[in-house]
Amino acid sequence: MTASSDVGFHAQRQARWHYGEFAFWLVVLACGFLFPTRYLIMTDILRLALFAMSLDLILGYAGIVSLGHAAFFGVGAYAAGLLALHGIINEPVLALIVAGLAAMVLGFATSFLVIRGVDLTRLMVTLGIALLLEALAERFSNITGGTDGLQGIEMQPIFGEIPFDMFGKAGFFYSLAVLFVLFLFARRIVHSPFGLSLRAIKNNPLRAAAIGIPVNRRLIAIYTLAAFYAGIAGALFTQTTAIASLDVFAFERSADLMLVLVIGGTGYLYGGLVGAVVFRMLQELFSTITPQYWQFWIGLVLVVIVLVGRQRLHRWVLYVPNLVIKQVAGRKSVVAVPESDA
Amino acid sequence: MTIALETQNLEKTFGGLRVTRDLSLKIEQGARHALIGPNGAGKTTVINQLTGVLKPNSGRILLEGQDIADLPVHKRVLRGLSRTFQINQLYPDLTPLETIGLAVSERLGHGGDWWRRMGTRSDVNGEIAELLTRFHLLDVMNEQTVTLPYGKQRLLEIAVAIAAKPRVLLLDEPAAGVPESERHDILAVVGSLPRDVTVLLIEHDMDLVFSFADRISVLVSGALLTEGPPEQVARDPQVKAVYLGEEAVNV
Repeated sequence: MTASSDVGFHAQRQARWHYGEFAFWLVVLACGFLFPTRYLIMTDILRLALFAMSLDLILGYAGIVSLGHAAFFGVGAYAAGLLALHGIINEPVLALIVAGLAAMVLGFATSFLVIRGVDLTRLMVTLGIALLLEALAERFSNITGGTDGLQGIEMQPIFGEIPFDMFGKAGFFYSLAVLFVLFLFARRIVHSPFGLSLRAIKNNPLRAAAIGIPVNRRLIAIYTLAAFYAGIAGALFTQTTAIASLDVFAFERSADLMLVLVIGGTGYLYGGLVGAVVFRMLQELFSTITPQYWQFWIGLVLVVIVLVGRQRLHRWVLYVPNLVIKQVAGRKSVVAVPESDA
Repeated sequence: MTIALETQNLEKTFGGLRVTRDLSLKIEQGARHALIGPNGAGKTTVINQLTGVLKPNSGRILLEGQDIADLPVHKRVLRGLSRTFQINQLYPDLTPLETIGLAVSERLGHGGDWWRRMGTRSDVNGEIAELLTRFHLLDVMNEQTVTLPYGKQRLLEIAVAIAAKPRVLLLDEPAAGVPESERHDILAVVGSLPRDVTVLLIEHDMDLVFSFADRISVLVSGALLTEGPPEQVARDPQVKAVYLGEEAVNV
């Protein structure tokens, strides 16, 4: 092998699919058939996963912290709700895209405020924007329904063919399809030169500019894209639950998202997905055991994760699966562990 | 003789402190020009103004005759002005392969590609391979930069600057902090830069300066003290007084 083709081979190393990734998606798909009574919670997890993936794009790749990601989730949720309620766009997939675009416009407009300044500034600016929108939604209750939210949303069948059923089966597979498509898209992007340049900016903005990367333009681009993803997650929320209320903008929603990524890890796309599953499971588990104090236990778990280190936890969790995979597919196909987490 | 890089009456103050005083420098095309001066003379401040990290209070910066003083950092790089940093500025989590690949992609205008995967362009791959080989980084191309020995990181720092194919290269103390055993690689690399690349070297190591430079400017307290070929600067009593004198004190 010549040095040049060798370089090409190694440059694409991360972009290749690992066996573990195939296994992951097969398991997710299988869940849809194995637990027909649990569609609602599983759909909830998928939405949270997509929402977390959106934050991962800016936090894990570009290093932009945000405490107001619910702003885009909320805009997507209300946009989807209004489109359906007033019969402007009845077809859910099209409405989903339009709602995502609405959030994207807001993302682009606010990106100029967010890319300025350091982490603390960004936390405050993003938090402020989300609070602002929540207040606006409450003020313009003639449009948003105020504290009652949008009521009486009736979803039309997907592509005019597949109706949303009361068990949430269609909603689950619809959400899964949306998540998977957007995941593939994100996966493609993060392994492109553009995606790599984001990681470079996160690592060292000074050097990034010194090799000719237009830092601000790249940050605006990814922030806008992440807003689109969050908007889609919000629209899915409205479409699968047929409600949109003020709590789509709530601070807790943005804060939970940070917790999801703390659990799942950032910068490898699966962090949001794994984190969403674990976070909701813990929530369910603890609220069954101790309805009043579940937040205490979630807090404890987070402290342990941060102290012990996620990488070590991952190694323990992946020990057995990797043992099996090594037997079947050889040493090199072990499940990826995020490399940026120390 | 064409002038590759020029400053005209450059002024920079930090609060009440004048760190660059009416500095006019001319660096000829293809020159091996060294900028020396005692600690705190404002050498790195000059580099930071040339590259756009700092904005001068007044004065002009001309790259191949065109005023670049108002351009942001990344646009100056695309115009052919690239630098290394005195303290390594690398991407700790990225590998040398990714680091250089990114620099090459940006220069060829592929940096904004968001659909095509890294490593699928043969022209980019070829250049990466060539640079990795030339800078002795081929065997560590998949290691995280943060894990590399300091000498290798220093080579990578220079390789990244070269990957931008600069016509003017600013080297800010390339051999700083490199252990004696790894110094040879750095010096060889610096010595083998193509002749059509104009180099401005900032350096404390007088051996390196006098073996490398064909012209030397001496900066003291932000102002140009003297300028000329190495032999002349070495004999200059003023230089001996402020610069070499200081070294004697240090010893």
